[in-house]
Amino acid sequence: MKVNVGKRILSANEEYALKNRQFLTERKILCLNMISSPGSGKTTILVRTINALKNEITIGVIEGDIQTDLDAEKIRATEAPVVQIETKGACHLSAAQVNTALNRLPTDNLDLIIIENVGNLVCPSAFELGETGKIAVLSVAEGDDKPVKYPAIFARSKVLLINKTDLLKVGAAVDFDIERAKADARKLNKGIEIFATSAKTGEGMAGWHNWLKKQVKNLQGA
Amino acid sequence: MHETMVAQSLLATISDESAKQNAKPISAKISCGTLNAINNEVLCFAFEAIAKGTMCEGIKLEVEHKPIRGRCKNCKENFDVALPEPRCPKCDSGEFDLLPDAPLMLEEIEFETE
Ligand SMILES: Nc1nc2c(ncn2[C@@H]2O[C@H](COP(=O)(O)OP(=O)(O)O)[C@@H](O)[C@H]2O)c(=O)[nH]1
Ligand SMILES: [Mg+2]
Ligand SMILES: [Zn+2]
Repeated sequence: MKVNVGKRILSANEEYALKNRQFLTERKILCLNMISSPGSGKTTILVRTINALKNEITIGVIEGDIQTDLDAEKIRATEAPVVQIETKGACHLSAAQVNTALNRLPTDNLDLIIIENVGNLVCPSAFELGETGKIAVLSVAEGDDKPVKYPAIFARSKVLLINKTDLLKVGAAVDFDIERAKADARKLNKGIEIFATSAKTGEGMAGWHNWLKKQVKNLQGA
Repeated sequence: MHETMVAQSLLATISDESAKQNAKPISAKISCGTLNAINNEVLCFAFEAIAKGTMCEGIKLEVEHKPIRGRCKNCKENFDVALPEPRCPKCDSGEFDLLPDAPLMLEEIEFETE
């Protein structure tokens, strides 16, 4: 006997994601879910971005890590409010965890919350967190074929940051065709904003910062 | 790796339905979108492991992967977006909007009949 069920398997997560989205919308807070492989430079980008925009927008951070709060320490040094979530082995953040973290952030004063998801290019995309949008980070050390190999995350991100571009100048150390990666990401996602950055030298970060400021302004209707 | 968590939710959902039907499940069909990033072997292995000793032990999972869908900006046709060159099959336009990804769904359960 076959029975049609038609039930969403991740509905528990989706309910929390919806709650988070309502919470953020009511407060006009922009919320971005940063997804990448480990070591692409998410934390370094965050630190630089917080410092650069300190006088213009207030940023809060939710740090997801399998273990340790080393990244949260780095964010704390910027004086931005940060909540660390240790996932204890899980390869992604869940909307319920983000819900708890949102309640621990001083959300009355925030324009923008950036969630640094667990370092993993694949699994985090399966769990909506209630974010306004996803930001994919790809470092040039990882190879320019990633948008072709993992199309889903690039298709669903608002922004792609191609980071560690300083490594391309050191000589033949890294072989990465930025134009190829951009073209591949845009095949599925014509509207994606792409910035080539070096979080180390700061090169190319201005474009990303201006995008952030514009999004916050649009949301708050200022 | 997130397949373990998916397997747990799946087990709970199938168990609920089986209790409602008061019957033993023998197979289940699920469907998912690309963002769900489900690896069939990993999911089946995880499910097998956690279903041991429950009424769902030994049931067969069938996974249908749904492609990314797009809507042609020119003629409004909905179609499967596929690399390397996604194009509308009806009017050949390359201009399209992405439609939302398919969610992870438990579609159907087959039960033992006596
Ligand atoms: N050369 C170079 N190194 C970078 C850049 N951004 C980050 N890194 C380094 O890459 C390593 C991982 O960075 P981190 O921000 O921790 O990556 P995360 O795991 O994505 O948070 C650290 O050693 C950083 O100093 C960059 O733009 N250029
Ligand atoms: Mg980090
Ligand atoms: Zn068309």
